[in-house]
Amino acid sequence: MNIDQIQDSIIEEFELFEQWFDKYEYLIDLGKNLPVIDDAYKTDDNLIRGCQSRVWLHAEMNNGTVQFTADSDAVITRGIIALLIRVLAGQKPGDIANAQLYFIDAIGLREHLSSTRANGLVSMVNTLQSIGRDFSRAH
Amino acid sequence: MRAQFPLLSRRVHAQPLVYLDNGATAQKPQRVIDAIESYYRERNANIHRGAHHLSQEATTAYEAARETVRAHLNAAHAHEMLFTSGTTAAINTVASAWGGANLNAGDEVIVSTMEHHSNIVPWQLVAEQRGASVKELRISRGGELRMEELDAMLSERVKMVALTHVSNVLGTVNPARDIIERAHAHGALVLLDGAQAAPHLRIDVRALDVDFYAFSGHKVFGPTGVGVLYGKEKLLDAMPPYQGGGEMIERVTFARTTFAALPHKFEAGTPNIVGGIGLGVALDWLAQLDAEALAAHEKDLLDYATAKLNAIDGVTIFGEAAHKACVLSFLLAGTHPFDVGAILDQLGIAVRTGHHCAQPLMEFYDTPGMVRASFALYNNRADVDALVAGVERAASMLV
Ligand SMILES: Cc1ncc(COP(=O)(O)O)c(C=O)c1O
Repeated sequence: MNIDQIQDSIIEEFELFEQWFDKYEYLIDLGKNLPVIDDAYKTDDNLIRGCQSRVWLHAEMNNGTVQFTADSDAVITRGIIALLIRVLAGQKPGDIANAQLYFIDAIGLREHLSSTRANGLVSMVNTLQSIGRDFSRAH
Repeated sequence: MRAQFPLLSRRVHAQPLVYLDNGATAQKPQRVIDAIESYYRERNANIHRGAHHLSQEATTAYEAARETVRAHLNAAHAHEMLFTSGTTAAINTVASAWGGANLNAGDEVIVSTMEHHSNIVPWQLVAEQRGASVKELRISRGGELRMEELDAMLSERVKMVALTHVSNVLGTVNPARDIIERAHAHGALVLLDGAQAAPHLRIDVRALDVDFYAFSGHKVFGPTGVGVLYGKEKLLDAMPPYQGGGEMIERVTFARTTFAALPHKFEAGTPNIVGGIGLGVALDWLAQLDAEALAAHEKDLLDYATAKLNAIDGVTIFGEAAHKACVLSFLLAGTHPFDVGAILDQLGIAVRTGHHCAQPLMEFYDTPGMVRASFALYNNRADVDALVAGVERAASMLV
């Protein structure tokens, strides 16, 4: 699936949730199941700036597409990064850099985060997309 | 009581608001809101300068507020009450103006592990400039100052002891009178950061014999952007001005400028007039309440909330001082404070999560943050019950 197809299917999934608690439970589940990042990559260099909880992100190229692993010490944050990775992982760097991530507002993610968390979300998105940009320049 | 606070009846995320972030800022009674509105509708003018009637009225109201603040703190003179923009500005004024003139190489300023950043960083800045140093008075695990270490630290090098009166995280009410006696015995001055004390305690600066006292209007049910620095007259008189500008001068020439008398020397520029007036109204409002009944109510809430939270599996409360204000900071084992805060928020419960501007304290307890529920006089046992149910819900989702 391309990025927009994945976004559309996430939007569809979220339509099934009636309450924000269901969405949180879903994020918490995603967070708990996020494949853990190799400890070697949990370095200060891989910390995303601007998040109040700590978020580590590692990216590498694999056959022309970008693979991400991540972790956070807060589980809802881990769920959010897992969701972003679900949309962007396995895609070409140029597509990642240019993606319009409309699903974030469509599922109401931003409005249900405290402002500090929402800033963290922006930092995560910016970091993922700038990795896409860096890789597309390099390859 | 709650009916006097319009905001408390609103809903958040379709749930009735449970406001437990009073340590960050308190809600405002209708009286304060009315005073702010009526000031702009009926009285707005600049003070101390216009020759016209409106300016007179505004000046009178502003100076009456200063007198209210004086009475509230039982200070000797209204001109010892300087209006600032808040606690932060008040502490910076002392650090910069008093510290800049009085701290010298080798001198020491004592602050404690439990300080808010606004009672650490200003001292670090001036200490750096003056070659002085900032020393940490440590605390016990239970969250009380190690008074025996204070005695060992006090020497003729110590010029200032700057401590919080009540901890914004632990709720600890520090033994102010005792600290001041010990510091004075060694010739050191004492500044108390009263940001968290003013909403909970009656403060008597003369009984305390404190040298400087700082607090914020917005935490005592007044407006934001206004606060108070109390300083003893002789100290304020001897201090150079903090900021220069209008209002604070006697006569300006390019050869030499002389400064206005207290309090104007420290109030450069047009102040937060409506803020000062609103603060006066808030303190008048507080003063007519039964202080003993309020203290008993807050003590009941604290005991009730402590027992209920402690009964939840995995909850650890930080701050076990014998004398404690109504503040509860805690962690839920196996969870991050942000996650707990996010779930409480969905339930309409406003708490604060994070480091609470007290990173040295977070380091002391070896945690990136805590969840803090901070209560005010309008909170009740139902708020505690909502909090407890919320934390239980968070535990069931997160753990
Ligand atoms: C103990 C303490 N000191 C200082 C401050 C700073 O107050 P303000 O931001 O109103 O200047 C606070 C506010 O959170 C506080 O809790």
